[in-house]
Amino acid sequence: MNLITITTFLPLIGAILLLLLSLRDSGDQKAANNLYRYATLAITLVTFLVSLVILARYDSSNAAAQLVQKNPWIGSLGVYYHVGIDGLSIWLVILTTFLMPIAVLASWHVTKRVREYMLFMLILETGMIGVFVSLDMFLFYLFFEITLIPMYFLIGVWGGERRIYAAIKFFVYTVVGSLLMLVAIIAIYFYNGGTTFDIVEITNNIQTGKTLIPGNVQVWLWLAFALAFCIKVPLFPFHTWLPDAHVEAPTAGSIILAGVLLKMGTYGLMRFNLPFFPSVSQKAAPWMMGLAVIGIIYGALVAMVQPDMKKLVAYSSVSHLGFVVLGIFAFTDQGMQGALYQMLAHGISTGALFLGVGIIYDRRHTRQIADFGGISTPMPQYSTLFLIVALSSLGLPLLNGFIGEFLILLGTFASPVPHAKMFAVLAALGVILSAVYLLWMIQRVFFGEITKKENAELKDMDGREVLAMVPLVVLAIVMGVKPMTFLRGSEKTVTLVKEYVIGKPAKVAENHQDK
Amino acid sequence: MAKALSQLPPPDHQLLVLMLKWITLAPLIGAIINGLFGKRLGEKVVGAIACGSVAVSAVLAFLSFNQLIHAPKDANDVRRITEHFFTWISVGNFQADFAYLLDPLSGIYILFITGVGLLIHIYAVGYMHGDPGFYRFFAYLNLFMFMMLTLVLGDNLLLLFVGWEGVGLCSYLLIGFFTKWNVAGDASKKAFIVNRIGDFGFMIATFLVFTTFGTISFVTKNIGGHEVASFLTQVSAPTIAAGGVLTAIALLLFVGATGKSAQIPLFVWLPDAMAGPTPVSALIHAATMVTAGVYLTARCSAVVVKSPTAMTVIAIIGAATAIFAATIGLAQNDIKKVLAYSTVSQLGYMFLACGVGAFAAGIFHVMTHAFFKALLFLGAGSVIHGAHDEQDMRKMGGFRKYMPFTFGTMFVGWLAISGFPLLSGFFSKDEILWKTWSTEALPHVWGFPLSKILWGIAALTALLTAIYMTRMMVMTFWGEERFGKSHGDDHGHASHGHDDHGHGHGKPHESGWLMVGPLVVLAVLSLFGGFVGVPAAMGGSNHFEHFLEPVIAHAQPHGAAAAHAPAAGDAHGAAPAEQHAATTAAPAVKVEEHHDTTTELALAGFSILLGLIGIGVGFAVFGKNPLKPMPKLLEDKYKIDELYDEVVVHPIETLSREGLWKIVDVKIIDGVVNGTAKLFGGVSGVLRYTQTGFARNYAAVILVGAIAIIGYFGYIALR
Repeated sequence: MNLITITTFLPLIGAILLLLLSLRDSGDQKAANNLYRYATLAITLVTFLVSLVILARYDSSNAAAQLVQKNPWIGSLGVYYHVGIDGLSIWLVILTTFLMPIAVLASWHVTKRVREYMLFMLILETGMIGVFVSLDMFLFYLFFEITLIPMYFLIGVWGGERRIYAAIKFFVYTVVGSLLMLVAIIAIYFYNGGTTFDIVEITNNIQTGKTLIPGNVQVWLWLAFALAFCIKVPLFPFHTWLPDAHVEAPTAGSIILAGVLLKMGTYGLMRFNLPFFPSVSQKAAPWMMGLAVIGIIYGALVAMVQPDMKKLVAYSSVSHLGFVVLGIFAFTDQGMQGALYQMLAHGISTGALFLGVGIIYDRRHTRQIADFGGISTPMPQYSTLFLIVALSSLGLPLLNGFIGEFLILLGTFASPVPHAKMFAVLAALGVILSAVYLLWMIQRVFFGEITKKENAELKDMDGREVLAMVPLVVLAIVMGVKPMTFLRGSEKTVTLVKEYVIGKPAKVAENHQDK
Repeated sequence: MAKALSQLPPPDHQLLVLMLKWITLAPLIGAIINGLFGKRLGEKVVGAIACGSVAVSAVLAFLSFNQLIHAPKDANDVRRITEHFFTWISVGNFQADFAYLLDPLSGIYILFITGVGLLIHIYAVGYMHGDPGFYRFFAYLNLFMFMMLTLVLGDNLLLLFVGWEGVGLCSYLLIGFFTKWNVAGDASKKAFIVNRIGDFGFMIATFLVFTTFGTISFVTKNIGGHEVASFLTQVSAPTIAAGGVLTAIALLLFVGATGKSAQIPLFVWLPDAMAGPTPVSALIHAATMVTAGVYLTARCSAVVVKSPTAMTVIAIIGAATAIFAATIGLAQNDIKKVLAYSTVSQLGYMFLACGVGAFAAGIFHVMTHAFFKALLFLGAGSVIHGAHDEQDMRKMGGFRKYMPFTFGTMFVGWLAISGFPLLSGFFSKDEILWKTWSTEALPHVWGFPLSKILWGIAALTALLTAIYMTRMMVMTFWGEERFGKSHGDDHGHASHGHDDHGHGHGKPHESGWLMVGPLVVLAVLSLFGGFVGVPAAMGGSNHFEHFLEPVIAHAQPHGAAAAHAPAAGDAHGAAPAEQHAATTAAPAVKVEEHHDTTTELALAGFSILLGLIGIGVGFAVFGKNPLKPMPKLLEDKYKIDELYDEVVVHPIETLSREGLWKIVDVKIIDGVVNGTAKLFGGVSGVLRYTQTGFARNYAAVILVGAIAIIGYFGYIALR
């Protein structure tokens, strides 16, 4: 059987197993809950291991999709079950399978309807992997929408006080975008003769000129895709669902939301908008860069004044994802590779930041920065790990955040897009601001005298928490010191996507000097 | 792995590779061991690991320096040894390696970093004795050594930046070492953020270097199958005329330097950084890290000299910082604050040197300053230690009879910084003054040579330096004993101190040998360290400058760079591509070499006089009245911090909170969204009459979407 298919559906099969397990549920709720937890952890771990096999089989010297499986599904419409991985998706799949066990570990304290909770987590994982491996638009859309439902419930049922408002806001925002995308998908389907939803084939058709879409229609289709993805990212000004969703979501929800779900947006931009509509993408680039830069600075400034730790991290995501969009629309190797790297790095560091916030939330049931202070004394281990994570998030060299940010800024600075230099310089201001908001939070939470007696007796991390946090910290360091391990995996495909937009190097001057 | 660029025979080379690697790895390993296991190891073992690792690195630094001296010169008359460890980042045509470059410039730096670093580590074992964070302190300090050495050994701008940010991190961690103390927390955060502002300039400069030259490396690199010459070489090509891009690069690099090396306008973090333990102030905030900006400027001198504008700006900022900080230093009562402002002022000298094209003189002063300022700081630490964590000089006085060694060694440091003849500080400072006087790299202002104005400022600063240092010595060591009278503990420092070994707040006492030993060694270095750079006019041969010469660019007379560039191009049309730096590019400078020895000696005499007058004035004014009130404006540091708060910090905060968050996000964007949601809510509200539950709600929306799609295709079909 195809490895990718196995990886994608393992969690779903696990979910079904979980349902079966529940049939034998004895009266002991506590034991049953533990069983669900361990079972889910085991399933996600196995999925992660299988995904590592994919990684081992993956050939980074090949830009095209690999380990492909393609079977007719709905023959009359030309819908295929077509999956595979390439440089854009490989690391995102690994990121997903890597973060899931950690998210499960972070959910250990969930006591309300554990079985349903874990069920949704597993369905979510299948959905997320499916999004990244789909090579058929129909399939992609299906998975894209599937992720929405479990997330909606995770926020709406297991969330905080204003969970209903947050869940609906999340839902409405996303659905508005994805419906427009559905329209665009169907339109593209018809422009390709109404015979195929196949992404690889359509990309080829468009790139070779076999499929011609009228210019003004292209603009509308581009906008439909872009809106769906920009809401997901979220790009300024579509970002206001994110802070609410994060604040209300349970810890694991936030980890997955920030770690993976947001990347579906930036991934979509690279998978659809750029290859399908090269000329529109080029025209739109300065606008996208502009919004990205506004997001970077705006997100950072607003993050700076948040009294709630989770909200602060949420706004920092707006800022960091702005970098990703900036890099994508730079149309340079450095910018686009940096964007992909930043997606991974952000998944690791922001996932870890949310995990960290969750750890003290479990102890104090508050996330207000003002309720803390001086907790490095009772929790030295936790403080050290949290500090490293914060430093990686603010882009300190030799940690993962720096590589992405630097490559994006460099790639933007060297970009052929009009005004790109100005955007790069403005975006670099975000690097200053990220130090401001993160260090300010660190100081107010961890340092100084202990002002509240509840904080004096806080317990340091337990074994489970260490187990969840340490892999993230280790990866943050590894990704900062040896980035080539990861960059090599994506470079061929990224170059291909770049050439889809601006053509082969022969047509474009490599060195954009302006003297 | 060993992609050798040097022509050394294989066995030597193998050894050298190993040495270069372990110079930096030894302290890193020390940091890791102490950081992870230090808590269980106990003070003795932690101290041994920390000092031992730096000792290894110091020995290796000396050995590889020795190798360097005997290495064959390459085509450009430069001795250098390079070593490639691994390719760090390589994307498209951009490449940054983890690779080291040992040449005269980095060679000098690693010598005094490891040398002074080792002494300070040993001192710190005594100073930090009994502190609960002992292991943490040494883990950070070792990590700092790794980063600082990476900074100077990195063979490209990005690896330099790694060290640059790394030392900034360690500085952050060590300033805030007393974590419970809010002042330390504020200071550490401020240091990091202000430095980030500088880093912003550094980053943009790196981008510009890359887009302009296609490489950010200091040496020739093979990038994607092409040999790409170092940008320093490319920029030195006579065909490259001075231009806006080069000026931008030079000035942006200098923005980075103003952050790390505490120059106007980004100097504000350094005085606050004194909240860190005193050995940290000595090592990081005096001897090594803060001179990284000077290193950067000297390393990129080939770019800097191409821009007369940048040169002028650097010189003016340097001189302005020098005198500005000196005036503040006059009025401080905290012994460490005096030294902090003195450091800012001395760093100003170093940049003045760079700005007038005397990079070697700047580096010379970096070195001598590392000796005497580390000495003064460690001496101050000894005083603070002996005075039971008192830093206020108003509560000292008469210490010389209680702390003879501390007094004796600080005495040397005091004379050295005041420019007393034949001491280290005299030679380097005098060199800077002379080069400033005689430079032709600066323009005229209103018909008057800028060089003479800056010289005047520098000379006045020398006078002020002698005065405030004398004031410090008088307040601390001479006069009436003012300690023990009232112990107003307005620092908060004492409560976190490390000095909990049971003394009462009695008389000051001399420190132990672990602390005094390094003081003595540094005193010796401060006494004789200047003899490596005795100028020709005084009968020396200035080994220091000649040693550095091959890697440092020469400044061209102001106005010549643009006008003569094409001519120089003709003259050197056949010059090899690998011509490093503009060493031979400007014949006009050669004439300059035969300078007027009489003038030089006269000026040297004048600066000696200034130093002596300063000391005299210091004794005359403060000898009788050490507590003489100083102008309030100076004591308040010209209220620069308050100004920045009012003009920059508060407006941004208010804008973000009241404007962006509460109005744009909550009112405007969410207003629109909630309005839309209400619309949707209305629709689903209607549907909810027949169906309930969220999943169905979802289905309903899908339905709406489906209708929209069908409508759209109906429209297309009917069109």
